[in-house]
Amino acid sequence: MGSAANPQTLGERVGLIPRRSSRASRIADMGFQGIVWLCAACVIAIVGFILLQLIKGSGLSLHQFGWKFFTGSDWDPVNGNFGAVPFIYGTLVSSLVALVIAVPLSLGVAVFITEMCPRSLRGILSYLTELLAAIPSVIYGLWAIFVLIPLLRKYVEPMLGSTLAWTGLFTGPIYGVGMLTAGIILAIMIVPIISSITREILVSVPQNQREAALALGATRWEMIRVGVLRNARAGIFGAIILGLGRALGETMAVTMVIGNRPEVAKSLFAPAYTMASVVANEFSEATGDLYTSALIEIGLALFIVTIIVNIFAQLLVWTVTRGTPRRANA
Amino acid sequence: MPEVKPRIQWSRWVADKLATIIAILCVALVILPLAAIFIYLVIRGIGSLNLAFFTQIPKPVGETGGGMANAIVGSGVILLVGSAIGVPLGVGSGIYLSEYSRGQFGKLVRFTADVLNGVPSIVIGIAVYALLVLGHHFSAFSGGVALGIMMIPTITRSTEEMLRLVPNSIREAALGLGIPQWRSTMSITLRTAMSGVVTGIMLAFARVSGETAPLLFTAFGNPFWSTRLDQPIAALPLQIFVYAISPFDEWHRLAWAGSLVLIVLIVATSASVRWVTSRGFVAGAQ
Repeated sequence: MGSAANPQTLGERVGLIPRRSSRASRIADMGFQGIVWLCAACVIAIVGFILLQLIKGSGLSLHQFGWKFFTGSDWDPVNGNFGAVPFIYGTLVSSLVALVIAVPLSLGVAVFITEMCPRSLRGILSYLTELLAAIPSVIYGLWAIFVLIPLLRKYVEPMLGSTLAWTGLFTGPIYGVGMLTAGIILAIMIVPIISSITREILVSVPQNQREAALALGATRWEMIRVGVLRNARAGIFGAIILGLGRALGETMAVTMVIGNRPEVAKSLFAPAYTMASVVANEFSEATGDLYTSALIEIGLALFIVTIIVNIFAQLLVWTVTRGTPRRANA
Repeated sequence: MPEVKPRIQWSRWVADKLATIIAILCVALVILPLAAIFIYLVIRGIGSLNLAFFTQIPKPVGETGGGMANAIVGSGVILLVGSAIGVPLGVGSGIYLSEYSRGQFGKLVRFTADVLNGVPSIVIGIAVYALLVLGHHFSAFSGGVALGIMMIPTITRSTEEMLRLVPNSIREAALGLGIPQWRSTMSITLRTAMSGVVTGIMLAFARVSGETAPLLFTAFGNPFWSTRLDQPIAALPLQIFVYAISPFDEWHRLAWAGSLVLIVLIVATSASVRWVTSRGFVAGAQ
């Protein structure tokens, strides 16, 4: 192609690209690479910027309370006393309740979809569980207020109160709103994330593990238990932690059902408050710099905790899915 | 051929069947709330969906009627601003990760995108508040920025994945024709993966369109008509939240109707994406 007198490239000759000097095209190339590099750098800059804003905004509260902020349980905006314990407690316990409910359900769903159900049902079942993830938080909240809470108040909580009161977790007056309700709604919201990641992990378990177990005469359940679940343990743990990360930061639905009372109570029937929901409720009407600063500090704590949880989970998931051959047709 | 049935212990047989039954129960328990939510949305919401809902602004407390026209338009404005920020940045960094990244910087970007994806939306709201609202006032623009930030990680990772599906032979063919790399990336690699990239954008869009928490102290909400970027603006999820926790039956009715509209928009988006991808436009790039 191209003689010395006609130094066009083939692309120029067929009209795919306009003729241009190689210098101009080199500059264009560098410019383009610079632009996409800037976009990528923006991602890092945004996370840095969020952290910076949170640290700057919470400076006053950090200075005033120090570590006492995380050990004090008095939340008194009128007298300028701020302790975050009730919110940390509410966030941890509601997420824990959510995990207790969601983990067995998600594992059951993931195992059923990947190992048990007929091929024709797989697609539709995974679509339906993922649809749960597409429902906005505020709609979960709305549904919980008008459907779930009356149901819990009338039937479920009285039943729990009469049978399991000895545990100390199900005592006291029944409001409908409270820790248990928040845990249940969070559980529904994190089932799709835990089950879809678990599914991915189960699929990445090599097929010969299953065949080996079956060849030894295992029943299907034994094959799943020994050949699949045992191999996927670390990854499933990662999926659960990712679900935890989601539950910790969930805001709207929890704010609408948890009762928003900054108290530490043992009973799951009692109203509580979470870190995310106190920010959602009080931030735009916080009066005074210290109040705003205390709320931002709660946001900072939430940011740091969710980042640590997510990184930890991501590492666990990677150790399992990386490098293993994928089984066709998830 | 006669079927050989292995003899197994009775207890093992029971455990096997029990496990299957428990797994089916789990699926039923997960599908149940899904069905309940959709059924309630339709039953409670459909009666209030009339022309007024889509054309009028909210009436003051105590008056019946009124609609959410301003909230629907407001959501559109915020999402437009969000997309204007999130789509170019997301696609750009996706292109960088797939086509240019070598070594540590690419890894760092990928990792940071995952971190950003896990940041609670309310925290993003606080950060945008500190930057754009503090010292000024609540505005549609700041709400759009918050949603745009939330779109970036999803779009980045999906764009990267889709571009990686494009075979190297196509890039080599383009470069072999003497096409500059930027042109080959934009007109050939990106175009080949276009339907996949658009899918990622649509999913990110659907995801943020129901977000409420980051709008609480950025867009803030507004009971009146407004499309100005520098003023507080109504948004559908915000309005649903305010109405849902209010003590008025009339407002509850509107909250259900608004939720039905929101969920129909979201499900229609994700279903059309699913339909397009299942038709093999994306798989065709492999």
